Amino acid sequence: MSGGSRKNRTPITGVPYARMLGVEVERSENGWLVVLPFREANVGNARLPALHGGVVGAFLELTALVELTRQLHSAGTPKPINFSIDYLRSAGADDTFGRAEIIKHGRRIANVRVSAWQSDETKPVAAGIGNFLL
Amino acid sequence: MSTTGLAPEKLAMAPIFGREPPPQELVTHVPHACRLGMSIVTLAPHTAVLKLPYAEELIGDTKRGVVFGGAITTLLDQSSGLAVFCSLEQFTAIATLDLRIDYLRAAEPACDLTGRAECYRMTRNVAFVRGRAWDRDPERPFASCLATFMIGANATNTPLARMLEQLA
Repeated sequence: MSGGSRKNRTPITGVPYARMLGVEVERSENGWLVVLPFREANVGNARLPALHGGVVGAFLELTALVELTRQLHSAGTPKPINFSIDYLRSAGADDTFGRAEIIKHGRRIANVRVSAWQSDETKPVAAGIGNFLL
Repeated sequence: MSTTGLAPEKLAMAPIFGREPPPQELVTHVPHACRLGMSIVTLAPHTAVLKLPYAEELIGDTKRGVVFGGAITTLLDQSSGLAVFCSLEQFTAIATLDLRIDYLRAAEPACDLTGRAECYRMTRNVAFVRGRAWDRDPERPFASCLATFMIGANATNTPLARMLEQLA
């Protein structure tokens, strides 16, 4: 399964680096998806081609941030304390999708797990987990 | 520090170490690094130092003018990968296996960022890297990282792969 129709996608404008990467959010029947449409400027290895590992990491972190902002309605932007990324497969010249799950939501800290995939959600390209200060 | 027991002159990058100015091709051939205007400051045995110039489009939190964590990920991933290259005996493909970043404090707004990574252990298959990023003072980093890389990530030329190809 991929992201479905492009019609419901909205670019993220509030975060300049997200705008630079071209990240969008998409409403789907089972929640929200964060989408990274393929762009040449996001490539790390031009020969394969493959997305830059940093771009994939930034996308995971952004996906976590979108989910936190959507669920918590906090006044400020949650600040990342740490973020850990597992690179599972090379992310090719294709759109990438991300979904986040808040594992624990405390008073000051939230722990968020994220998965990113391209054509098949059961074959993730990367997984991330991080703690955020709320 | 030696990580492999190899003399620094045996490293594949030996002819490049200490060259002034450092060869920027190693970042300019990476489209996203190029897009961010990253540049190489130093390449030395097992070590790479890179600069990420401050730009408004790197911001994550517009209220505070602070660079987005993900942009720091990109700087440290790029620095870590180059540190692995600075530890290879022969050039081969590498792939990031995992990367963990601790955000120690917010990076100072309007300040260029520097990332330094060191490959502190190299085995036949895996390279272990630690890194840090700072704005003004290397002794006061705003982020630190740990990463591991697979060596020889492109496995198509292994004897097993060739044998399997013949069987297929």
